[in-house]
Amino acid sequence: MSGHQHQPGPVRNEHPTILLPHASHGHNTEADHGTLKSYMTGFVLAVILTAIPFWLVMGKVFTKSSTTGLVLLGLATVQIVVHMVYFLHMNSRSEGGWSMLALIFTAVLVFIMLTGSIWVMYHLNNNMMPGMIQDLQQEAVPGSIVPGTPIEPGNHTMNAMPGMK
Amino acid sequence: MSDLIASPAGGGAAELAANSSERFYVLEHHPENGTLLGFWLYLMSDCLVFACLFATYAVLGRNYAGGPTGAELFDLPLVAVNTSLLLLSSITYGFAMLEMQRQRLRTTLIWLAITGLLGACFIGLELYEFAHLIHEGAGPQRSGFLTAFFSLVATHGLHVTFGIIWLVVLMVQLGKHGLTSDNGRRLMCLSMFWHFLDVVWIGVFTFVYLMGVLS
Repeated sequence: MSGHQHQPGPVRNEHPTILLPHASHGHNTEADHGTLKSYMTGFVLAVILTAIPFWLVMGKVFTKSSTTGLVLLGLATVQIVVHMVYFLHMNSRSEGGWSMLALIFTAVLVFIMLTGSIWVMYHLNNNMMPGMIQDLQQEAVPGSIVPGTPIEPGNHTMNAMPGMK
Repeated sequence: MSDLIASPAGGGAAELAANSSERFYVLEHHPENGTLLGFWLYLMSDCLVFACLFATYAVLGRNYAGGPTGAELFDLPLVAVNTSLLLLSSITYGFAMLEMQRQRLRTTLIWLAITGLLGACFIGLELYEFAHLIHEGAGPQRSGFLTAFFSLVATHGLHVTFGIIWLVVLMVQLGKHGLTSDNGRRLMCLSMFWHFLDVVWIGVFTFVYLMGVLS
C-alpha cells in the first residue's frame, strides 16, 4: 500500500499546461513493505498471541469455559490487529485513507452480520421450543394463519432430536 | 479527487483556442497504486465471504445431530502445528518482500519457495485431517456442525491452494523477467493475500477449533 502522495502546490499551479507526471514506478516500493524490525516485532507478538490461547485450552487453565471463550476472543482480536499493522502495513495514510475506510466499512458490516445472525437464530431456537407450536396455533390472529395449515415443523423437530441444542 | 483550475470565464471557443492559457484543467489525482487499493477492496469482499461462513458456523456449530462433537473430533496438537506453519509462512513471505526491496532476486526466490513449501505442508496436513474425519464417518453430511466446519475450513484451504499456485506462477515470472516494477506490484498483491489468509486463520483456530473443544 502506498504512502506516497502528490505534493500539493508547485507543480500544479505554476504551469497549468503541464500534466502532473505519473508517479515513477518503483517509487512506491519503499515505505510500504515494513522493515525487518517491524516484521520481527509482528512475528514475535503473533507467536505469543497464538501460544497463549492454545495453552489456555490445552492446559485447561480456567475452570469456566465461558471465561476461556471470552479471553480467546479478546486475544484473537488483538492478534488480528497485530497482523493488520505489522504484516499488512495497515495505517490511516495508505492509499490516501481509502484502505482504512474500506476496512472500517467491512468491519461494521461483519459486526452487523455476525451479531445479527447469532442473535436472530438464538431467539428463533428459543421461541420454537417444543410446545410452542400449539400456542402459536391457538394465539394466531384469524386470517394470519389459515386454520389447518401445517406450520413448518423444521426447527421444532430438529430441536427435539437427541444431542441437538 | 480532482482539482479544477479555473481561468476567467467568458471566453468563446475561438478565443480559448487563441489563448491557450485560458482553459479549464482537470487534474485527476490517480492513486499511483490503483491496483493495490483495488486488491484491498477485493480482500474486503473476501472478508465478507468468510464472515458469512463464520456466521453459519456460529449458528450451526452446536447442531451435532447426535453425531460427534468438536471436542471428540479436533486434534489440537495438529491444529497447533498447522497454525505455526501458516504463521511461519507469513514471516518468510515478509522476508521475501524485504529481499525484493533490496533488489536481490535470488534470495527473494528462495524465501518465496520456503513460503510455498510451508503453505503446501499446511494444505497437506489439512487434507490429512479431512481424510481422517471422513474416514471416521464425520464427513460434511453427518451434521450441521460438520457441514459448517467443512465449508469454512475448506474455503480457507482453497484460498491457500490458489495462493500457492499464484506464488509458483510469480516465481516463474520473476525467473523470466526479474524484479521489475510490475513483478514488484504483483508480489505486493500476493503479500496482502497471504497475510490476509493468515488473519482469517486466526479466526478459524480460535473460533472453530479452540472454542469448539471447550463447550
